[in-house]
Amino acid sequence: MITGFLFRALDKKAIWVALALLAVALLVPLSNALLPVSHPLHVPTHIMALVGKYLCYAMLALALDLVWGYCGILSLGHGAFFALGGYAMGMYLMRQIGTRGVYGNPILPDFMVFLNWKELPWFWYGFDMFWFAMLMVLFVPGLLAFVFGWFAFRSRVNGVYLSIITQALTYALLLAFFRNEMGFGGNNGLTDFKDILGFSVQAQATRGALFAATAIGLALAFVICSGIVNSRYGKVLVSVRDAESRTRFIGYRVEHIKLFAFVVSAMIAGVAGALYVPQVGIINPGEFAPANSIEVVIWTAVGGRGTLVGPIIGAIAVNFGKSYFTAAFPEFWLFALGALFVATTLFLPKGIVGLVSSGFARLRTNREADRVEETLQPGTEAAE
Amino acid sequence: MPASPFPYDNPLDAPDRPMRLILLLSGLMALFMAVTGPVRADETELRAVIAKFAEAKKFSDTEAVIEEIVSLGDTAAVTALNELSEGRLMVRDSDGEVFIIKGGKDPLALLDPITLEQVGTAAESELSKIKIKNSIRRMIADAVSGLTLRAKDAHIRMEAAETIFSRPDPEIIETLDGVIAEEQDTGVRQAFIEARAAAVLSSDMSDDAKIDAIDILNARGGRDVLPILTTASTSDAAAVAEAAKTAIASVEERLMFWSAGQNIWYGISLGSVLLLAAIGLAITFGVMGVINMAHGEMVMLGAYTTFVVQEFIRNSAPGLFDYSLAIALPLAFLVSGAAGLVMERGIIRFLYGRPLETLLATWGVSLVLQQAVRTIFGPTNREVGNPSWMSGSFEIGELLITTNRLWIVVFSLVVFAILLLVLKRTRFGLQMRAVTQNRPMASSMGIATPWVDAFTFALGSGIAGIAGVALSQIDNVSPNLGQGYIIDSFMVVVFGGVGNLWGTLVGALTLGVANKFLEPYAGAVLAKIFILVFIILFIQKRPRGLFALKGRSVES
Repeated sequence: MITGFLFRALDKKAIWVALALLAVALLVPLSNALLPVSHPLHVPTHIMALVGKYLCYAMLALALDLVWGYCGILSLGHGAFFALGGYAMGMYLMRQIGTRGVYGNPILPDFMVFLNWKELPWFWYGFDMFWFAMLMVLFVPGLLAFVFGWFAFRSRVNGVYLSIITQALTYALLLAFFRNEMGFGGNNGLTDFKDILGFSVQAQATRGALFAATAIGLALAFVICSGIVNSRYGKVLVSVRDAESRTRFIGYRVEHIKLFAFVVSAMIAGVAGALYVPQVGIINPGEFAPANSIEVVIWTAVGGRGTLVGPIIGAIAVNFGKSYFTAAFPEFWLFALGALFVATTLFLPKGIVGLVSSGFARLRTNREADRVEETLQPGTEAAE
Repeated sequence: MPASPFPYDNPLDAPDRPMRLILLLSGLMALFMAVTGPVRADETELRAVIAKFAEAKKFSDTEAVIEEIVSLGDTAAVTALNELSEGRLMVRDSDGEVFIIKGGKDPLALLDPITLEQVGTAAESELSKIKIKNSIRRMIADAVSGLTLRAKDAHIRMEAAETIFSRPDPEIIETLDGVIAEEQDTGVRQAFIEARAAAVLSSDMSDDAKIDAIDILNARGGRDVLPILTTASTSDAAAVAEAAKTAIASVEERLMFWSAGQNIWYGISLGSVLLLAAIGLAITFGVMGVINMAHGEMVMLGAYTTFVVQEFIRNSAPGLFDYSLAIALPLAFLVSGAAGLVMERGIIRFLYGRPLETLLATWGVSLVLQQAVRTIFGPTNREVGNPSWMSGSFEIGELLITTNRLWIVVFSLVVFAILLLVLKRTRFGLQMRAVTQNRPMASSMGIATPWVDAFTFALGSGIAGIAGVALSQIDNVSPNLGQGYIIDSFMVVVFGGVGNLWGTLVGALTLGVANKFLEPYAGAVLAKIFILVFIILFIQKRPRGLFALKGRSVES
């Protein structure tokens, strides 16, 4: 069965994408580490860090696409899963600081000493172990998604109502994490990381390794998603998106189908967050902001929802635009982003990928039309 | 009523109402102050009497002068008497004039004993001190409290009573007995009686008198009688201690009642803010089913309209400032309504039936509007003033009510009522409801559904605009103003039930009151988190809100 899963997952397109990502994972850090700075193919460290960040975003967008593009659940709270994964990683990194903090306390992170706490809160136990932290990266977002989804899908909360309560969820978490009493560093979040697995997070080699891990993680997530959507289950998922009631009447347990996709998606988002934190060096409650989660939606929409390559392209393209705009014309970034939202929904319902593939389709039909010498109505394929 | 969708006619005739209400509620004292101002006896008369200190050779002469001052009953003498008690009232030997002296070294500054203005300087040798002794000091102290307690200005008498109440002194009882008998103003008289009761408890009068005093304090209630009663409850006399304990229990019980009342008021106040923010959304989301994420920005536009109107008034017609909100209301409605109309015609109408896409597109619009406002008006908070009739506060019992909050509560209810009327009683409202219930049928009946959609959306946005006018009075007017309300507004509408204005009203008030009741126990942030979690759970139980629409429209 697993072979079958893999076989279907690795169809021709998916192999190419996964291979391309693996090549990026290998070549970028190598070029950064080995090529001299003057070499035209040398990738500077800051560019590598930036692209690494984009890849994390791409993974988050991919996770969202799995539920939105394939299952029709528009989650406006995916940033919450991302941030929770990030916090789990951040907690591990905090424990690794040890006595090198400002207060030099071997167990308590600085902010707890500052708050005059005497003991480590119970939910920080175990985070000094990497394997445990990684487990939590998957487990915490997954559990939240499971509990939330279990209630929401069972009560048949769907459409915009679901979107609004996912937004409320991330908003509530935002407020909660801002509180110092929560024990996650309050407003400042977790930062000043030193080591990951014994290697300094600042070192060039570690950065290269983190970049490679991110690219490989994205490739893995892509293969998993590809396997899911190409399986029988994936077909049902799409049918839930297109005709939920009908699917239910046929006899599928729609809520279970949705729940599975939601939990997997949340876990992927959590991993993305965990890879994000050591690369940017900080995690704070701002990541829970509802606006962040909505931005993820636009990455997915711009790239093309309902395709797996789309969100990756979208996340990278939009964030590249953001980096460029906020540096060159800081005033105009929000105009550009706002316009992007409007333009994408009005003119590009299938995103960049949809545009390209419909362009290809049109080309092909035109050629066929030439061959058969028959005129087709232009734009037939582009229409819904 | 005409088929106009513009419900702002009524608040326009408002400006004279607030003044009346303030007068009514803050009672006679404020009226007295406003009309008469401070009252003084003839200044020259007092000056002549004070000048007599110069001729006073014996202590008995000084006492006589003090008595004469008291008989004038002019509070302007209080400073001179206090200075006399401190030994800083002096006579200039050359002409026998009386001054208050200031400064420690030569030459001393000479102050007029009544106006306290500096009139000259003199060396210490040119002056001689008016001699006093301890018995005179006591006399002066009594005279000062007697003067303030007998002041012609009721406000000063009231203040004096309150001072005595907070620092009860057994020696004042006799004076108080005198003024209680003379006092005409019942409010001040009551304050005197209460001050006397406080003084009695700190004296060594009989137990019966003390128990009476405890009863008086019990009847007064309030937080500040508690320390006095607590002291009394440790008294040696069992009867007094017992009475004090009973009184404490009774006062605390009433305080709890008042604090619950205060919480309810805060809750209603918060609820009315939520109602204002959500009510436009109840139209666009509730009636039309359009997720308008730019709703908060419509509120923001209204607030900035108020700012622009006030700026204009400040610069060109400062006299109209008190009417600025009334002027801003229709303008804000038009500005936000027009923005809504453009949005509906330009974007939303292409997205009907695709709610998730609508959500994204309107979010984009909200970003653009925020940035546009930031570019035009700058990223910092803008100052929007309170008109005079909206500032200040008053108390009912232990309830502190700020006037601007009261107006916002009233305003939100008025807006709600007008909106309800528009929906139920006007032709436009009828068409709106028809389109909501059955679009194809409404269309076949000759209703131009696209325009009904457009104007419904404009109405919802316009209402958000006038909400912005009200919210500009209590919140920072910044480009982020709308962001703070959008999630709360959606919560209210979803909680109350989509498509039902009453649901929005009940939802807003319930959430407001619940939030304020949780706050004392959980803190503001945690209270808000609880409310959010509660709504998330509530939606699971009742996915269509408190007042769900029944029938076929649910599935569409």
